[in-house]
Amino acid sequence: MAKLTIDKDRCKACGLCVSVCPKKVLQLSEEEFNIKGYTPIKVMAIEDCIGCGMCGMICPDYVIKIEK
Amino acid sequence: MKTVFEKTKGLTDAITHYCPGCTHGISHRIVGEVLEEFEVLGKTVGIASVGCSVMSYDYFNVDMVQAPHGRAPSVATGVKRVLPDNIVFTYQGDGDLAAIGTGEVVHAAARGENITVIFINNGTYGMTGGQMAPTTLLSQVTQTTPKGRDKHNDGFPIRVCEMLSTLEGVVYAERTALDSPKGVMQTKRAVKKAFKSQIEKKGFSIVEILSTCPTNWGLTAVESLKWVEKEMTEYYPLGVYKDKTDKGVF
Amino acid sequence: MKKNTYLMKGNEAIAEGAIRAGCKAFFGYPITPQTEIAAYMSNKMRESGGVYLQAESEISAINMVLGAAATGTRVMTSSSSPGISLKTETISYIAASDLPCVIVDVQRAGPGLGGIQPSQADYFQVVKALGHGDFYCLVYAPSGVGEAVEIIHRAFDKADEYRMPVIILADGILGQMMEPVCFDDEIKQDKLVEKNWATSGHQEKRPPNIVNSLILNVNSLEQKIVDRFKKYEEIKLKEVMVEEYLVDDAEIVIIAYGSTARIAKTAVDSMRADGEKIGVLRPISLWPFPNDKIEEISKKVGNILVVEMSMGQMILDVKAVVEGRCKVDFCGRTGGNVPTPTEIIDKVSSIKRGD
Repeated sequence: MAKLTIDKDRCKACGLCVSVCPKKVLQLSEEEFNIKGYTPIKVMAIEDCIGCGMCGMICPDYVIKIEK
Repeated sequence: MKTVFEKTKGLTDAITHYCPGCTHGISHRIVGEVLEEFEVLGKTVGIASVGCSVMSYDYFNVDMVQAPHGRAPSVATGVKRVLPDNIVFTYQGDGDLAAIGTGEVVHAAARGENITVIFINNGTYGMTGGQMAPTTLLSQVTQTTPKGRDKHNDGFPIRVCEMLSTLEGVVYAERTALDSPKGVMQTKRAVKKAFKSQIEKKGFSIVEILSTCPTNWGLTAVESLKWVEKEMTEYYPLGVYKDKTDKGVF
Repeated sequence: MKKNTYLMKGNEAIAEGAIRAGCKAFFGYPITPQTEIAAYMSNKMRESGGVYLQAESEISAINMVLGAAATGTRVMTSSSSPGISLKTETISYIAASDLPCVIVDVQRAGPGLGGIQPSQADYFQVVKALGHGDFYCLVYAPSGVGEAVEIIHRAFDKADEYRMPVIILADGILGQMMEPVCFDDEIKQDKLVEKNWATSGHQEKRPPNIVNSLILNVNSLEQKIVDRFKKYEEIKLKEVMVEEYLVDDAEIVIIAYGSTARIAKTAVDSMRADGEKIGVLRPISLWPFPNDKIEEISKKVGNILVVEMSMGQMILDVKAVVEGRCKVDFCGRTGGNVPTPTEIIDKVSSIKRGD
């Protein structure tokens, strides 16, 4: 089981992490906004997360901390 | 629980000004991680250029000098010559390095200056709104090539790695692409090798990183990665163009 | 301290003077009539444990200066007129980043490629417009080889003290002529001012230092400039240097700097021999300009004669101070021609005749 810590205010809703996650764990939220007015990512299915780290690697804004 | 991934100490806590999906952020992270891993943050001096990444002086957790447009390799030379044991790198875009700053980077390379150049090639002038750069692809539409870059009028894009690899002073030159997690890992390996060659005082190193500019390309962040992977790597083949890291150039 | 006297060419004395002033880095580029500075440095700088490098252009050289200056190192470059034009963008950056450095400009005749003979036609460029934006540089104009050596040491000290570029404005005559100059035997390393702003690596002991001139917030940028101008006011009060030669009882005062001032003194000596009351006021610092002294003189004399190797540039600053209190005339040559004592004497005579 892995653990994702999302720093929501850093997220710019670019969607890159969502596009590379092999397990579709992450989604952009629709109704929640961060301080910059972006709709940050949300962990949809943490139980599917295998802690591969690809979302962290592709994120340009260091939003996600990944532990396993 | 073991940490698989977290923000590197090589970067400050600042939230960057870069557009959503711009891969500058990834290059910053890679450089920060490599400097942290080599434990040289305390003796590194970074040279920021002029372009979107000018404000990288707020993002790298090292002493930073902001250089005039195109002149970062010379500023880096000035720092490195008086502090030979420090680690010095420049972080430059394609307008900065391949247009106005061509002379500076060519001569720093020819001198075998013991610095590392992080060269971000996204085929445009990002900060000023997406004009044609020396690396803009043929027929690519930009603000200053509204009907697509035309070789008869605008000439041909410059392949920097290939050009510089002909210079004796270059110990390491590689081109990578931030088009996928795999590309990110390959870029980190290249940046690590470049800084290692500097630490071992073996000569001039450059990593040319194909990067995205979603805002000025008019593509989404995800589409932009595809554009790099499909279009850019075709004209700018990835790979190592010079590797004398075993013996060095001197 | 035992002193030795050497017969040295101006350019080489300037280079030796810089090394003795603790200059530890020189970045140059060949251009007549200053190239001996670089040649001398390529020989002697490394011997004194410093860095010497010939860049691929004057632009690259001044940017190497910016890098070395950012680390807190005493650093210098030298060039001549066209080369200084190439450096001006980065000089503006250096001033706007509050970095100390010394720049030697051995003027040649312009405009364009012009000629290689001496000139003072870069006065405006150096004193008023060394780059874009509101800023000034301290500008010293030595008129002899010995004075140049003293002034270059002062230049490094003032650059560090005020954290700004300091210009040594010479010309081909000073650069190429040879004169006796005294040096102490060994180089005394004076205590350098502490530079905690320098970017030399934070050693994980302090937050990163940033040398930068980009300030996008208009109020912050304005405040930064206004603060810098307070420093300039302080410099104007404390750093003016001027020489008065037989000015006290003079009825006509010649104002000239650098090599031209020496020619004016020769003319004055000859006129004094004929009982004429003429003197020379020689600005040594061109910025800050000796406004008070010129104002004082303009209240005493009927005429001021400005002599320059140009079509007349410093004369505008003289007139700005004189404000019509007395007549201000001009006598000069350009293109590399040097005014002769006779020409100056003839001009003074015509002024006296009221032509």
